[in-house]
Amino acid sequence: MLKIENLSCSVFENGREIEILKDINLTFQDKKLYVITGPNGSGKSTLVKLIMGIGSLKQGKIFLDDKDISNYSIDSRAREGISFAFQKPVTFKGIKVGKLLDIASEKNNTISNSCEYLSKVGLCARNYKDRYMDESLSGGELKRIELAMALSRPAKVYIFDEPEAGIDLWSFDKLSSLFSGIKETTIIVSHQKEILKLADEIILLSNGKVEKVGKGSEILPLLENFSCKKLRGENGQD
Amino acid sequence: MDKIDKILLQQIADLHKIPSGAFNIRKNGQVLSRNSTKEIEIIPKKDGSGINIKIAPNTKNKSVHIPVIVTIGNFSDTVCNDFYIGENSDVTIIAGCGIDNPTCNSSQHSGIHSFYLKPNSHVRYVEKHYGQGEGKKILNPVTNLFLDENSFMEMETLQIEGVDSSIRNTNAKLKQNAKLIVKENLLTAKDQKVKTNFKITLAGKNSSADIVSHSVAKDSSSQKFVSNMIGKTECFGHVECDGILLDDAKIISVPRISALSKDSSLVHEAAIGKIAGDELIKLMTLGLSEEDAEKTIIEGFLMG
Repeated sequence: MLKIENLSCSVFENGREIEILKDINLTFQDKKLYVITGPNGSGKSTLVKLIMGIGSLKQGKIFLDDKDISNYSIDSRAREGISFAFQKPVTFKGIKVGKLLDIASEKNNTISNSCEYLSKVGLCARNYKDRYMDESLSGGELKRIELAMALSRPAKVYIFDEPEAGIDLWSFDKLSSLFSGIKETTIIVSHQKEILKLADEIILLSNGKVEKVGKGSEILPLLENFSCKKLRGENGQD
Repeated sequence: MDKIDKILLQQIADLHKIPSGAFNIRKNGQVLSRNSTKEIEIIPKKDGSGINIKIAPNTKNKSVHIPVIVTIGNFSDTVCNDFYIGENSDVTIIAGCGIDNPTCNSSQHSGIHSFYLKPNSHVRYVEKHYGQGEGKKILNPVTNLFLDENSFMEMETLQIEGVDSSIRNTNAKLKQNAKLIVKENLLTAKDQKVKTNFKITLAGKNSSADIVSHSVAKDSSSQKFVSNMIGKTECFGHVECDGILLDDAKIISVPRISALSKDSSLVHEAAIGKIAGDELIKLMTLGLSEEDAEKTIIEGFLMG
């Protein structure tokens, strides 16, 4: 179980403090799928990054299975069982896809092992294991490999930040079944209706606060009535 | 060969034993072992300044090893080796120098290598430099490349930690349709210094050159990259200097591209900076410590 207590986060711009997240309290139960949604700038990405240890808290605590991980480094949290897929895949000079999958999965993978991870995202290991994780791959390919890396980690909590962003046509259809197949706790930041429909619970963030948490039947109609202004987003970090 | 010789040879030429095929192993200024084959002849120069390596026309898929090792201090060695690559041949040449200097005096090796590529030939030239031991290790390689019509030279150089001072000079002249690819990878640490100079003349129509230098400078080491790409006719040239800085190190890049013809197309790119934060963070999300993430990024950058 992942628990967030009284979490707040702010940034300083031109000497002025801007609160990005305000007093967030959330509980993510084991093996359930959560989708965090809300307007641009509502703090969705900041929240999931803070769970991974990227960025610093102003106040609050994060517990994983009752262990306080609030002061853990990024790599310690990864080793405790949090896996994270970035919205924008990170590219490297000189590191191959196969090597990254080896690091992520914590083993030296053969072609068939790599195939297990890459085929989940519709890619053939034979074609990609020896490719460099750089701009020679298309945006869609990079995104799929980013997802495969996160999925290959032995984790208790899988976090995906806007997994549909930049994805190509293949993927959109198959993303739903990919996420449904994860047996562990899954947290997805998304605006997409198809992904929202998968959620056991949807968390609606607005202006840095939890506006509402509930099942799809409760939240989805609410989203449709969410004002255009809010969907366009408030200023601030997301 | 003793244990130190074997370590040095393994580092610079991936050799675990005397290689098969043509080779010339030089130790402390003397020939340790040499072998010619029917297609690749290694002949000592009459004045004793080095060797001539003659590769017969149409020689395909053969390799030549010419490593140099130095295992003593207070020693300076200069060697001039000339490579004559026959028409239509396709060969790999593994060179490199390893110094183990157990003394407090310096050891120095200057390898002056000149390559004469005949038309339609292809050479892959791999040169690794390595140093170990307390004393100062100095390596000053000079590589001169003369590429005839339709010839193709690929040059991969790797100088990793251990060399205290180095001035590397590479000069090339390309004729019509000739192609040159250079990948230079450098790592300096402590107070080591490297200066690397490239002078590439694209003299023939449709000749092309791609020079990519990846360098990592740690501690208080310093590097200077100077390139001069000259386009004399319709040609394409690209020079890239990509550097990662750590600690108090310095990297200076001095680009010069000289287009002497309206049909020359020359590009220079240079980027020097710290390790990208997003790369470190990504690897840490995969469970690597910051130190291991840094090591993985540098290893990929230099040897990927």
